[in-house]
Amino acid sequence: MAVQSADTSAFYKNLGRMYATYTGGFIAFIILIAILEQVGVPNRILGYMFVGFTIIVYAVIGVMTRTAEVSEYYVAGRRVPALYNGMATGADWMSAASFVGMAGTLFLLGYDGLTWVLGWTGGYVLVSILIGPYLRKFGAYTVPDFMSFRFGGNFARLIAVIVLVCCSFTYVTAQIFGTGIIASRFLGMPFELAVFAGLAGILLCSMLGGMRAVTWTQIAQYIVLIIAYLTPIVILSTSRYGIPIPQLTYGTAIAEITAREGQMLASGLATAANLKPHISPFINYTPLNFFAICLCMMVGTASLPHILMRYFTTPTVREARQSVAWSLLFIFLLYFSAPAYAAFSKLEVYNNVIGRNLTDIRPWLFTWGELGLIQICGKNAASIDTIVASCKAIAGHPGVVRLQDFVINTDVIVLSTPEIAGLPYVITGLVAAGGLAAALSTADGLLLAIANALSHDIYYKMIDPNAPTVRRLTVARVLLFLVAVAAAYLASTRPGDILAMVGWAFSLAMAGNFPALVMGVWWKRATTAGAVSGMIAGFGLCIFYLVVTRYFPGAGVSYFGMSSLTNPMTGAPLVDVAKAVAAPGGMDSWVAASHPMANRVGWFGLNNIACGLLGMPVGFLTIYVVSLMTKAPSLEMQAYIDEIRKPRGRTVLEEKT
Amino acid sequence: MAPAPSQANTDEHWKKTSRLMFTHLGVWFFFGYVVHMFVVPLNKIIIPVLGFPLGFYMAAQGSLIVFVVMLFMFAKQQDKIDRDYGMAEDD
Repeated sequence: MAVQSADTSAFYKNLGRMYATYTGGFIAFIILIAILEQVGVPNRILGYMFVGFTIIVYAVIGVMTRTAEVSEYYVAGRRVPALYNGMATGADWMSAASFVGMAGTLFLLGYDGLTWVLGWTGGYVLVSILIGPYLRKFGAYTVPDFMSFRFGGNFARLIAVIVLVCCSFTYVTAQIFGTGIIASRFLGMPFELAVFAGLAGILLCSMLGGMRAVTWTQIAQYIVLIIAYLTPIVILSTSRYGIPIPQLTYGTAIAEITAREGQMLASGLATAANLKPHISPFINYTPLNFFAICLCMMVGTASLPHILMRYFTTPTVREARQSVAWSLLFIFLLYFSAPAYAAFSKLEVYNNVIGRNLTDIRPWLFTWGELGLIQICGKNAASIDTIVASCKAIAGHPGVVRLQDFVINTDVIVLSTPEIAGLPYVITGLVAAGGLAAALSTADGLLLAIANALSHDIYYKMIDPNAPTVRRLTVARVLLFLVAVAAAYLASTRPGDILAMVGWAFSLAMAGNFPALVMGVWWKRATTAGAVSGMIAGFGLCIFYLVVTRYFPGAGVSYFGMSSLTNPMTGAPLVDVAKAVAAPGGMDSWVAASHPMANRVGWFGLNNIACGLLGMPVGFLTIYVVSLMTKAPSLEMQAYIDEIRKPRGRTVLEEKT
Repeated sequence: MAPAPSQANTDEHWKKTSRLMFTHLGVWFFFGYVVHMFVVPLNKIIIPVLGFPLGFYMAAQGSLIVFVVMLFMFAKQQDKIDRDYGMAEDD
């Protein structure tokens, strides 16, 4: 390791003061915007200032922490203290789907939505006890580094790179898509343009400084996103219940929701068929899918390379473990607040939208209705006149909004809360900046994971092991740029549902990586042949299930014995597959998401988001059986595994820099 | 005093580490899955003052708090094992 100059050690000593100053500066900036709003600066300009200022700050941090050293570029010099690495992981982890989408999902699904909350937190337990600290001791730059060392070279490395690219690319596309949605909604930019503007922000942070720059920007982004997420509901909770802890007060809101649900049924505003009680379990997911999704998200967490590689950056193994605990604490702050957002919004909708006269609709709805995110009586709720006109067209409409008349896009829940609470625009701008920070930070981490795998594992380790440092880093930057542009291009075509895409990424990572990583550390007898065949079998089965149920459902039913998923409330099949196969286009390939059978067929009624549940056991079993059939790893390798298990001593893998 | 590194010492350290791993895995499984299988009966219990149904609360906050506390405890316990067997890094 390079000798630390006095300069850098002063940098680490002053971290606390630097980020405290930064936080203070950010709060001062919010106050400044609030004052500007009071003196009459238009909202559009305030929005641009918010987003522009925060992106410039991230870019400045990115440029200031640029580096030309390989170990700084790949693992931030392994000097990031546990607490700060925890914050960076929090930002790396919480994406646009968590910040904007989670509360909306909980609004729609009620109790069943909590499977995502559980799944996206519980996985850190597995990271800490099974994998993370051991990989830190091993001393890898990337996850494929470990696979290659433990499982006999470049073939295992190549498979690990394929798994990494598949899951990270799916995930990063969803993030850039989210960036585009936020930018277009708040700044009024065209969606395609917003995607590429977001891309520029991402590249500024990560291109020059690799892991080092991404780490210090992610910490800054965490601070912005957590302030932005908590501020609106803390204010809301204080004004409604007099206590500034929304996580405690929303219990009352839930009791009110349950009471109001009974009232709505009694007065005919809702029917038993369309009202899904907020606290009742297993009405949106069957119990099997609820627990399957939960398990896939947890195990997926412990298999995603962009998360695992964050723990390569701590100074010691001990700090890697502490860092996982800090990460989960920082993530927990957001996730245990999301159900509060959902409850407050739902109460507002049930009390102040449902059952109101059409002419009496609250004006915050129109902002979102104009954008097509809230519909009443089947038309965008842009103004009172359109609502009245479209409801009149429905025969026998009573003139008040019923539950079945009201449709809301899940993204609106977090974004509209400041307006529901009657807060000034400055808070809305703050939420936008927070959402952007969440999407940018996750995209940074993912792009870096992909580019590192391509430059370090493919180019340096497999193509040109003698490449000089300068060329390695140049290749890394060029690849980062190309991957980012490809992901942005794909995102600009609006490929689909963010939550489902993110779910697939987790399942793919789980099926491909988890068995080999766990067995590699915990079972000395695991052999190269076992691991390689296990990765191929597990990942292959998962991707097969995903592709067939999504794109070739007709073939799945006819040739692979798949049947319809079931409706969790009634237990009836979602589609009549015999009829759907016989219908025109029933056997089509590469079908659109609107195809009657797409995502609605499968084995055992298992949703394809949870396809990792099929792949992982097959992976474990294959590794076990094939390993026992092949010759045990050499004594030398077994000694290395002992080394990985002891925190003390040198890292196993020593990279030349 | 840390004992000298030997194969017996290494094995003993790993045995303790594995036991700790399985304990935490058990707690994780209980709070990640088992509790939520009983959500329907648990929802009949309302937490006093706060007003949450217990089943909902466990999935929304209870299990999450357990996970966070668990991880801080695990970091401490594993460090103790490493120190006892002379395998911890220097401070």
